[in-house]
Amino acid sequence: MTHLKSINRKAHRVTEYVRAEKEGDVVALQQPPAQPHIPLGCSLAFSPGWEADSTGGTAGLCQPVERDIFDCHLGCFWPAHVPDQLNHAPSWTAKCAAAQKDWRKLDLVFPG
Amino acid sequence: MIALVLREFHQFQASGRQFLYLVPSAAVFELDPIAGAVIRLVGDAPRSEDAIVAALADRFPEADVRAVAAELRDVRAIGYEHRPDPESPKFLPMMPFPLTTMVLNVTNQCNLACTYCYEYGEDKIVDTEHGKQSKFMSETTARESVEFLLKEAGQIAHMTFFGGETLLNFPVLKTTVAYARKRAAEVGKTVDFSLTTNATLLQPEIIEFLAENDIGVTISMDGPKELQNKFRVFHNGSGSYDMVAPKIKELLKRHRSRPIGARVTLTSETLDVTRIYRHLTEEFGFWEVGFAPVTTSPNQQYAISDGGFDRMLGQFRELAYEFREHVAANKHHGFSNIKDTLEEIHKGVSKAYPCGAGLGLMGVSTDGDVAVCHRFAGSDAHKLGTVKDGIDRAVQQEFLEHHHIADKTDCHTCWARPLCAGGCYHEAHVRYGTTRRPNLHYCEWIRGWTDTCLEVYGELSVRNPEFLARFDRDEAKAEAVL
Repeated sequence: MTHLKSINRKAHRVTEYVRAEKEGDVVALQQPPAQPHIPLGCSLAFSPGWEADSTGGTAGLCQPVERDIFDCHLGCFWPAHVPDQLNHAPSWTAKCAAAQKDWRKLDLVFPG
Repeated sequence: MIALVLREFHQFQASGRQFLYLVPSAAVFELDPIAGAVIRLVGDAPRSEDAIVAALADRFPEADVRAVAAELRDVRAIGYEHRPDPESPKFLPMMPFPLTTMVLNVTNQCNLACTYCYEYGEDKIVDTEHGKQSKFMSETTARESVEFLLKEAGQIAHMTFFGGETLLNFPVLKTTVAYARKRAAEVGKTVDFSLTTNATLLQPEIIEFLAENDIGVTISMDGPKELQNKFRVFHNGSGSYDMVAPKIKELLKRHRSRPIGARVTLTSETLDVTRIYRHLTEEFGFWEVGFAPVTTSPNQQYAISDGGFDRMLGQFRELAYEFREHVAANKHHGFSNIKDTLEEIHKGVSKAYPCGAGLGLMGVSTDGDVAVCHRFAGSDAHKLGTVKDGIDRAVQQEFLEHHHIADKTDCHTCWARPLCAGGCYHEAHVRYGTTRRPNLHYCEWIRGWTDTCLEVYGELSVRNPEFLARFDRDEAKAEAVL
């Protein structure tokens, strides 16, 4: 905005919203024009799951592959693949203190 | 032709500059001369962007005018005539909503008999003399209230003692403070205390207790002697000024840990805002003074009429400008009405409900009934639950459903609705017999006062933006505690 000056806090939020609507606040990393983007989600985290170890397997990864279960649904944008922990199934992981050992104990959750 | 029309906003001037207060977003923008000219043109008559460019061609370059039109469209100050902006959706707050403030009516009895009192006068809701409610809250009910508050509150809970005359039940107040502190510490929360009193019972040991325990105090007082004594009288009709004045001075001398405020009830017969303010700040040394027009049905002689609201607005304005000059010079000024509104303007508050009643604030009657707010404490029709059994969520939900700004159709064309949202439920109940109606009898006054506050806000944004930034810092500090 060059002709309207944001004065109160809400005006700053409106301005920021307008900017984000125009420029887009989420873009693919290689989307032109090239500019410094902050990558989101697992592209930043050096987690297993997306890669294999030096032998082509997963046994030698620095973290067990089962860690994915939590890494993806808590740290990343993966909402559809796990039960809705906020509303319907708050304790579906209750028996699974350490995913690499206990992943078999994860509850099965059926849509209600 | 795709014509552009004005959307909803209130335009105001301050420090020789043009500002817009946008509705319903409550954003405040300052306009440059080109934006000001575009708003004026579109306000005269709907016209296309090309027509605007042509009309301003001799004054401003085309590219600038088009850029202004785009910016004004983006913030919804103007828009296409054939494509109205969508209505604001009606969202109810997420439940359960944390309780921030509980007002505890520790007694419904009073040693004064103020003629205009909403609790005892002709407009009373609850029969506190012969009704079913106890006259004093018991220690057990007070403790149950503490448990209720600590269960319903977030990290910080505010507890306000109220009446009747609060200090008539000082023994329970005293033990409740100690109990609440202990229980809050046990559950890892913080509880903050305040009370409202008419000051008649401020004995030295009570003052000592209030100071020692860091209890915020608000004194109900109407100003100089003849104004105070007009309505704030004892049961035998004699005025209370001479009794309360020395006690208040003693309190202000001893209790320095928290700012002490005065709360003034204005009537048609005591409408002298500036004089009252001077008396309370200069003679007594109150840190802040807040004013509220008396709540009453219109047929009472002391009710403020339309002419009275105009007079009150003139006096509020005078104090607001005095506030502005003090703040511009980095000096304190204690007119609390304007300070509260400036903070809401600064944050861009756009309210779905006029106040926190029934949401973050609730009142508790002497028997432990939880009501929408302290003014309805003890009323069965406004009961949300009990401190023992908790809040009836279905009743609360219904209250919120029917009091939302989206349901107040009278307010839908008013630019002041982000801040007013229809006004006090109790006032509406007394005037119209229902809490659901907006207070249409003081719309002009609200708009006039909001306009004054916006003007002061605009001017301070130019002359002392640092003062306004303090609101952000105070909030950041409060959040850091959480």
